[in-house]
Amino acid sequence: MKKSVQAIALSSSLLLTAGMAQGATAYVSNEKDNTLSLIDLESLEVVDTIEVGQRPRGIIFNKDYSLLYICASDDDTVQIMDVATHTIIDELPSGEDPEQFSLHPDDRKLYISNEDDALVTVVDTQTKTVIAQIDVGVEPEGMAVSPDGSLAINTSETTSMLHWIDTSSHELIHNTRVDQRPRHVEFNKDGSTLWASSEIGGTVAVIDVASKEILKKLSFKIRGIHPDKIQPVGVKLTDDDKYAFVALGPANHVAVVDASTYEVLDYLLVGRRVWHMTFNADQSILLTTNGMSSDVSVIDVDDLKVTKSIKVGRYPWGVVVKP
Amino acid sequence: MSRQSMVCAFNGILYRELLRFVYQRSRFFSALVRPLVWLIVFAAGFRAALGISIIEPYDTYITYEVYIAPGLVAMVLLFNAMQSSLSMVYDREMGSMRVLLMSPLPRGYLLVCKLLASAIVALPQVYGFLLVAWFFEVQPPWAGYLWVLPALILVAVLLGALGLFISSFIRQLENFAGVMNFVIFPTFFMSSALYPLWKMQEASEILYLLCSYNPFSYCVELIRHALYGRLNEEALLVVSGCTLVFSILAVIIFNPQRGFGKGGR
Repeated sequence: MKKSVQAIALSSSLLLTAGMAQGATAYVSNEKDNTLSLIDLESLEVVDTIEVGQRPRGIIFNKDYSLLYICASDDDTVQIMDVATHTIIDELPSGEDPEQFSLHPDDRKLYISNEDDALVTVVDTQTKTVIAQIDVGVEPEGMAVSPDGSLAINTSETTSMLHWIDTSSHELIHNTRVDQRPRHVEFNKDGSTLWASSEIGGTVAVIDVASKEILKKLSFKIRGIHPDKIQPVGVKLTDDDKYAFVALGPANHVAVVDASTYEVLDYLLVGRRVWHMTFNADQSILLTTNGMSSDVSVIDVDDLKVTKSIKVGRYPWGVVVKP
Repeated sequence: MSRQSMVCAFNGILYRELLRFVYQRSRFFSALVRPLVWLIVFAAGFRAALGISIIEPYDTYITYEVYIAPGLVAMVLLFNAMQSSLSMVYDREMGSMRVLLMSPLPRGYLLVCKLLASAIVALPQVYGFLLVAWFFEVQPPWAGYLWVLPALILVAVLLGALGLFISSFIRQLENFAGVMNFVIFPTFFMSSALYPLWKMQEASEILYLLCSYNPFSYCVELIRHALYGRLNEEALLVVSGCTLVFSILAVIIFNPQRGFGKGGR
């Protein structure tokens, strides 16, 4: 009898786990708690919390979502988590204080910003070796690889520049000066434009990738909020090039920009100090990490409305979605 | 007493309330403008004041406009109730109340009819306000507009009963300012209409206690939750209980002679 009860309990818990594994899940890195919060995107509730290395910030999945790379900034390493078992299986040599990174479309090369060393480190995730280290400006932060894999862009906060790196030669080929403290860069789907946010400058520069010229500089103004508090960080673009979403940090709002006319359409109120964002697979919702209020806001992309804010661990930083 | 005469009496009272409302266009106008001034002017300065902690029934951060809208709905009901109760004093003075009370129907029934009629008159004022508020980003779910209807009627009857109760103590048609200063302002300000109670608690424990014992706070919360498709059971219980108590008190204490020369004591 006891055995059959145990068997039922075990099978039901397996069913439950299997059910959970089927639905889309958001992984949120909590900078202060040294954990990841897992949000089930059906119920919009936290379903699990996983201990990871110290001060987890940037997180990214590999192509088939079997591995999750985690910048454990205070451990000076990039951890590799096996997504099926939620265990850390290995580490990558990342250089000091890794914060943001970007995975090359070849699913192999990881481009990592080393904030304290003014370097971009390129790591081969299969051999787990450093392929190259490229000198960039002071306090490198944002990192993006173009969709065709030919370019890697790094932002350096103190130098206020975007550094263009040729991914075949790993040489610095160009620098673009932008407004103060560039934090994040993002390519559009076809890689023709590059969007770079400047935290102190309070602007987002839209750059034509072919000519490397700035096409437009966006600025933001929210009624009742002091301009100093408007500090753009995260940028996300919809695949159809309809909208760009810009997280405005301590302004506690996300700006919605028409990605073709560059007109700011709306400001959406989210939690405090919003930094990074991600879409779900069909881009129907956008998730934002709100560091100071320790929650994640859910934005309905069709309605452009914030539908819910979900409590996670302390100081959520990065967020990625596994479909 | 036949049902027909009861319905006839209710229709008569409702018709009279509606007529009064229709003819006093300035009343509808001021009922609409008053909360809108609060929403557009007052709330503008406090836009960033809230948005720190998420409270029931909201699922995410809200602007101050969204927060105070249910309180302003309750304010519309409060002003309507007080105006209606003042009209009672006027009716007593002019003697039309005597004509009404000459009917063989029980006085309690007539007074309840009066409360319900006044509540119905308040509804277009509330929905008019909510319609304009929609353009100022106060956009509850569509079903909320329906859910809130029973809450509005219940709250309107409670406030009407309270007004009727108070009007029994008013000897003559006095300046509205008296009621405004001693009833409307304290009722409105010492409630959760303008700030959530936890904010009050941060400022002063005594103020918090006063607010949390003010039935108007429960009126506001009942409306707030209903507008977002939720039921606040505690608020429903308190508002229903108070409605019953004040209706009974108002009927018992009501004296049509008061203020009519010799009858007033």
